[in-house]
Amino acid sequence: MSRRHLGIFTAAVLAAASLTACGGSGDDSAASPKTLTYWASNQGASLEADKTTLQPELDKFEKQTGIKVTVEVVPWSDLLNRLLAAAASGKGPDVVNIGNTWSASLQATGALVEFDDATLQAVGGKDRIVPAALAAAGAPGKPPAAVPLYSMAYSLYYNKKSFADAGITAPPTTWEQLAEHGKKLSTGGKWGLAIEGANPSENAHHAFTFSQQYGGEWFDSAGKPTFDTPQNVSAIKRYIDFMAADKITNPSNAEYAQNQSVSDFANGKAAMLLWQSAGSNLKTQNMPADAYGVAPVPFLASPPAGGKKVNSMVAGINMAVFKHTKNKDGALSFVKFMTSDEEQTILNKTYGSLPAVKTAASDPAFSATEQKTIQETLVTTAAPLPQVPDESTFETLVGTAMKELFADAASGKPVTEASVKAKLTDAQQKMR
Amino acid sequence: MATSTTAPDADRREPRAGSPARRPTRRPRGPRRSLLPYLLLAPAVVLELAIHVIPMVVGVWMSLLELTQFHIRDWSTAPFIGLENYRATLDLNSAAGKELLHSFWITLAYSLLSVGFAWLLGISAAVVLQRPFRGRAILRALFLTPYALPVYAAVITWSFLLQRDTGLVNHVLVDQLGLMNERPFWLIGDNSFWSLLVVSVWRNWPFAFLCLMAGLQNVPGELYEAAAIDGAGFWRRLRSVTLPMLRPVNLVLLLVLFLWTFNDFNTPFVLFGGSAPEQADLISIHIYRSSFKTWDFGSGSAMSVALLLFLLVVSAAYLLITNRRRDDHA
Repeated sequence: MSRRHLGIFTAAVLAAASLTACGGSGDDSAASPKTLTYWASNQGASLEADKTTLQPELDKFEKQTGIKVTVEVVPWSDLLNRLLAAAASGKGPDVVNIGNTWSASLQATGALVEFDDATLQAVGGKDRIVPAALAAAGAPGKPPAAVPLYSMAYSLYYNKKSFADAGITAPPTTWEQLAEHGKKLSTGGKWGLAIEGANPSENAHHAFTFSQQYGGEWFDSAGKPTFDTPQNVSAIKRYIDFMAADKITNPSNAEYAQNQSVSDFANGKAAMLLWQSAGSNLKTQNMPADAYGVAPVPFLASPPAGGKKVNSMVAGINMAVFKHTKNKDGALSFVKFMTSDEEQTILNKTYGSLPAVKTAASDPAFSATEQKTIQETLVTTAAPLPQVPDESTFETLVGTAMKELFADAASGKPVTEASVKAKLTDAQQKMR
Repeated sequence: MATSTTAPDADRREPRAGSPARRPTRRPRGPRRSLLPYLLLAPAVVLELAIHVIPMVVGVWMSLLELTQFHIRDWSTAPFIGLENYRATLDLNSAAGKELLHSFWITLAYSLLSVGFAWLLGISAAVVLQRPFRGRAILRALFLTPYALPVYAAVITWSFLLQRDTGLVNHVLVDQLGLMNERPFWLIGDNSFWSLLVVSVWRNWPFAFLCLMAGLQNVPGELYEAAAIDGAGFWRRLRSVTLPMLRPVNLVLLLVLFLWTFNDFNTPFVLFGGSAPEQADLISIHIYRSSFKTWDFGSGSAMSVALLLFLLVVSAAYLLITNRRRDDHA
């Protein structure tokens, strides 16, 4: 090889090189015992709105303890990646909000402080916390990796006027009724049900609920994936069929991933919506609380053998502390502050969610229909998503498979048992 | 060219008449002088190591580990599994292998079409704007705008334009022109590939235009005059004068555009938001999904390394072939 060829070869190596390079970065953990960095999840209408909500509370905390908390509200689309980067690099915030379904996945990295009984005592005690919420804070049999902060559950939101116009007197209690009502409501450019079809997480949450109702599981007792069982195939097909077969969902919803389904419901373009604590979001979109009703998520009219009476996951936000924090005592006192009765009432009231501590739940602020429905669901018919290390991978793979099925349905391709099973088998093969 | 090569040597060999006592300055020796080039090179070498070579080596190392969320905090605990990641991702009978191959073909088609159209648009615009006319500067600036816009802002705008219900594209095609009865999807299904291609060409062609415009400045006007006297028309001049004179520019331009397009991450990521539809599942997005979304950094790295090797072979082969041709011509 001549020198020129060697030069060319080197140039080729360098030109192609940028591929393998990747890296994460994060803010340095607060070094001083008087400061903390906090990543909050996006609970309100916008990142800015959340900052406005949180800042007075953080100021209050600084007044009480002298610890200054710097908050950054991280959008949901980035949160998991950034948490992973922080876990991998040992750099980043001291205290974070995590989606409670990720608890076991993040726990597996070993980057989060474990809340054993003594640590739980330091943040206010285990007995205060709602048991269902605490069950969704880490893998079973291990100390929780986080502390519940906000509790939520799915409910069925329906437009009262659209229902009245179509002559429907009560919200559906079964999926069969929902499809039937939906057909009556899908006329004149309006649709029965709005679905966030391109959002893998939303899809995966529904995959869990439907699978429970059909008697399925996504993981066996050893934590191995069981994606393509007949129960799961029926469950996913039932959900996709709202668009593919019943045609009560606008095909455009196959593109929705930025909460456009909530907007469609707020604007009256769709008459029903399955969502968690949608109230505060609907309010910011100028839909008054008396314009919609809130009901429990429906069940199957005749559940198959093994079908469970579950109509929501135990949804919620947990608060976790990174082991790399240089101010663990300060971080724990911040967790204690955020889970105190007073803060729980203030924050959950703003976000339309429910307190994760029993002592604050009795506040009259949580007696509206929406909160009562959520409360009832959480107590009676909600179940936690599988708390296994591969949970976040399940959300991504199954959620994405459903996104592709919605895309097929939207573009008129048939969605059959076979095509659903093929997608789920593919997804399962990608789990290792 | 041949006439000027001897001049500098001749100068050096004969010291100027005015300085008879001066020692010959050819081949100076001494530690200061010999260290200097290395010192000058050092910053570039350090940066090259830090930005390219070390991450590459780390990437190769990662591809040999079972690097999942259990080990991401402390890589030393990750089991060494040798070529297992490669076997799993490149096994064309498995779902992962089939998808990688599918993604590879999609990416290849996307790159070739995108580079082809970008080059075609670039050369057309450059030739049209070669002669001065009123408003040429404005057109040049206008043509370069897509290249000057930040990629995120530009592609987000495209994603709004292409939405089915609220996008401007469907508004024009369906509501105003009435060309279609049904509103087509542009961001999911088969059309998503073409949407991605259009956005990519829109972003890349100004770069081709810029390079080719610069290249055209070096084509001597006499060649065109001579060709015109010989009776050559527009197409003949383009074929026999413009394109041969642009050959050196084209060689680099096509390779660079191909590598950029093949590796393009930003355009599909912003357009489709993380998980692209199957029909537009470019390899960069595919690798991202394998690494970050499923938290399997080992197999993500294995795909990256395989891709790196492929691009290396393509680039080296391209350069070798094009250079050999140039040698033949010389």
